[in-house]
Amino acid sequence: MTDARTSRRTLLAATTALIGLSGTASARTVHGLPWTSNEVYPPAEARPGPWLFFTADEAAAVEAIVDRLIPADELGPGGKDAGCAVFIDRQLAGPYGRCEGMYMQGPFPPNPLPTQGFQSSVAFASAYRQGLAALAAHVGRSFGGRKVQQLSGEELDRLLTSMEKRETNTPEFNASGLFDLIHNNTMEGFFADPIYGGNRDMAGWKLLGFPGTRYDYRDVIARPNRRYELPPVSLLGRPDWNRGGRG
Amino acid sequence: MRRLPRKDAVIIGLGWTGAIMGWELCQAGLQVVALERGPWRDTASDFNIGTAPDELRYGIRGELFLNNSQDTVTARNTVDQLALPIRKWGSFLPGNGVGGAGVHWNGHTWRFLPSDFLMRSHYLQKYGEGVFPENHTIQDWGVTYDELEPYYDKFEYLAGISGQAGNVKGEILPGGNPFEGWRERAYPTPPLKMQHAQNLFSRAATELGFKPFPMPSGNISQAYTNPLGVTLAPCTYCGFCERFGCANYSKSSPQTTVLPVLMRHPGFEARVQCEVVRVLKSADGKTATGVVYIDAQGEEWEQPADLVIMAAYQLWNVRLMLYSGIGRPYDPSTGEGVVGKNYAYQANSAVNGFFDSSHAFNHWAGAGSLGITADEYNGDNFDHSGLNFVGGANINCTSFHARPISARPIPPGTPRWGSAWKKATRENYGSFANVGSQGCNMSYRDNYLDLDPTYKDRLGRPLLRMTFDFKANEERMSAYVTDKMVPIMRAMGAKQIVANPKKGPWNVVPYQTTHNTGGAIMGDNPRTSAVNKYLQVWDMPNVFVLGASAFPQNAGYNPTGTVGALTYHAAEAITKQYLKNPGQPLVQA
Repeated sequence: MTDARTSRRTLLAATTALIGLSGTASARTVHGLPWTSNEVYPPAEARPGPWLFFTADEAAAVEAIVDRLIPADELGPGGKDAGCAVFIDRQLAGPYGRCEGMYMQGPFPPNPLPTQGFQSSVAFASAYRQGLAALAAHVGRSFGGRKVQQLSGEELDRLLTSMEKRETNTPEFNASGLFDLIHNNTMEGFFADPIYGGNRDMAGWKLLGFPGTRYDYRDVIARPNRRYELPPVSLLGRPDWNRGGRG
Repeated sequence: MRRLPRKDAVIIGLGWTGAIMGWELCQAGLQVVALERGPWRDTASDFNIGTAPDELRYGIRGELFLNNSQDTVTARNTVDQLALPIRKWGSFLPGNGVGGAGVHWNGHTWRFLPSDFLMRSHYLQKYGEGVFPENHTIQDWGVTYDELEPYYDKFEYLAGISGQAGNVKGEILPGGNPFEGWRERAYPTPPLKMQHAQNLFSRAATELGFKPFPMPSGNISQAYTNPLGVTLAPCTYCGFCERFGCANYSKSSPQTTVLPVLMRHPGFEARVQCEVVRVLKSADGKTATGVVYIDAQGEEWEQPADLVIMAAYQLWNVRLMLYSGIGRPYDPSTGEGVVGKNYAYQANSAVNGFFDSSHAFNHWAGAGSLGITADEYNGDNFDHSGLNFVGGANINCTSFHARPISARPIPPGTPRWGSAWKKATRENYGSFANVGSQGCNMSYRDNYLDLDPTYKDRLGRPLLRMTFDFKANEERMSAYVTDKMVPIMRAMGAKQIVANPKKGPWNVVPYQTTHNTGGAIMGDNPRTSAVNKYLQVWDMPNVFVLGASAFPQNAGYNPTGTVGALTYHAAEAITKQYLKNPGQPLVQA
């Protein structure tokens, strides 16, 4: 590996630039085909360890929620064991949490049309921080001073249902917005490549029967309507291929 | 601002149209520079098997798309509403960087029907004035299918398109589309192999009297070397096509068909991360003298050129014309003016089928344009008498890839979470199939593009404002065609069927299609069109505007085949006619 390539990779890894490359790359004139093989940077692997964005209380609440959205049952692990909270934490600590690459200039009129999509000035990381604080306050008031993570599964299901159905919304607490955000990110985490910290042991892919990143299915196309038996593969390979058991 | 040495031609944007035009102009001996506001991208450097199949990165976070923070549009449904910026792409996904949206497209490569180019005169003659919808601004294209046929052929052979011809020189061939316009010769490569869903669809549609045929595909079925000497490799049905770069050299794109030779041409250079901010005009306003662009360091440069080729995505061509004062801006209150006029989109629909678990559809094994189509209800292939709409849609059963973050269909009424969701998700993931339609979208007086009065881009320039909604014509067309799709799904054996015809209001969030058209439309009259049949600006003859911005309205097909044909048609007019007498209009107004 040349120094130039190392420095490009290092720079990009340091900025964890999933999107927003235009700020770091520079203008250049191109003659010929200036490629360096495998120049594309791989995503930084989300590793287990301390929370990067969540406080301990926030993380405990989110872990409790993702485990109700995707409960552990006879079909496989739940959201918590699959790493969905870790996935969300790593995403919020990175460019996604800051809404990098999105158009975030004002003004932000209070009543956008339902057809106009996301129109908030609050980036996703801040939306979690504010939303989880409002949820904690709501739960404290409604459940005798307890925390989200102290609710029973049944209580939490009822709370999440009321949030989803917009029954918990108040001027101070956009509960349905918080629900949609967590629900969306939980599903992303459960089904994204394990390299991002969720879908641990490819639990989400095994639930579906999705074979992952094999990239060549000419054998499958040659024999339609046959059940596929090979186990999934991720960008990290398979756990049994790696000494450290990652993936 | 620093001034650079003059070039014969400057090309704004290096996607499909810019790359094709660049090659043709270099072959004619011109010194050409292409300015691309996004990054350099190539297969070996950017689309790697070890990183390409990453749904979160490319499919969901959209790494290959234009950043909204760099440029976006504001959107509203009607003229009396306040337009707000699209803060994150949803309904459509403009590309960014070398290759443009030609990097992340699916590869559906169609020819429009001969009657599509005569959308006004054909329907008027056959059905009378009453067939046209209220407030329509439907126009003929000013070019006919017969004129474009050699250029469709040229694009298909450049791109190696895999398909089954239906009409070679008037002879209808079995297994192809019996409704297609005549073609000089067959497709360069045979159709892709089909999956279980396509096999069910073919059988069901045939039983019901349709004549289904393989969708013409820019995912190539076998190795193919194009006339430029560039070789594509066979598709491996990896399932990561639309929204992704292809790591196999199997998807037709500027990278896999033109750039390997264009980039080595001594007459050509590309400058990337360089955004053109306006086209410069002579003192009398009748000629473009070059462009101003800003590089990634914020430096402003003047690039003088004799010929200015606008080859950005449809939206950005229109925006740059409005900024630069090229062509008269359209005014919806009077109907006068041309730039921004006749913005149109695509009215798609879906019929979803949930099957029993004996089916193994294996949708994750597929290609972007692996599919079977039936064209009985497209264009004017069917009698419109008494139907109260014009146009139609093609009916497709394509592989939809079943990438797990975005495609886990469950029957309506199933909870979105919890154990019941989990069970339904597992049960239906492998036994779901879909039949879709790609519907036309007519043009209307109040569907248009202009500059937003409030919102600015990062350089302080107004954003493009889109005023658009689906109208009664499109809703009636979609309901009619979707009704024809349901019996096919029933005959395929679905146990539960959910039909979703297109209905307004248009919403910016759910992905629909990146087929934005119009705004700098072609025609035979400078009062009603921005460019002539060679895509030359009527009142600024050394400027050509390429791409789907030229469509007067949109047909019931994906646009890229027609975009390619129009580009070759324009390129030949420039190299064979215009350059002999530069600065002159190719068509007299």
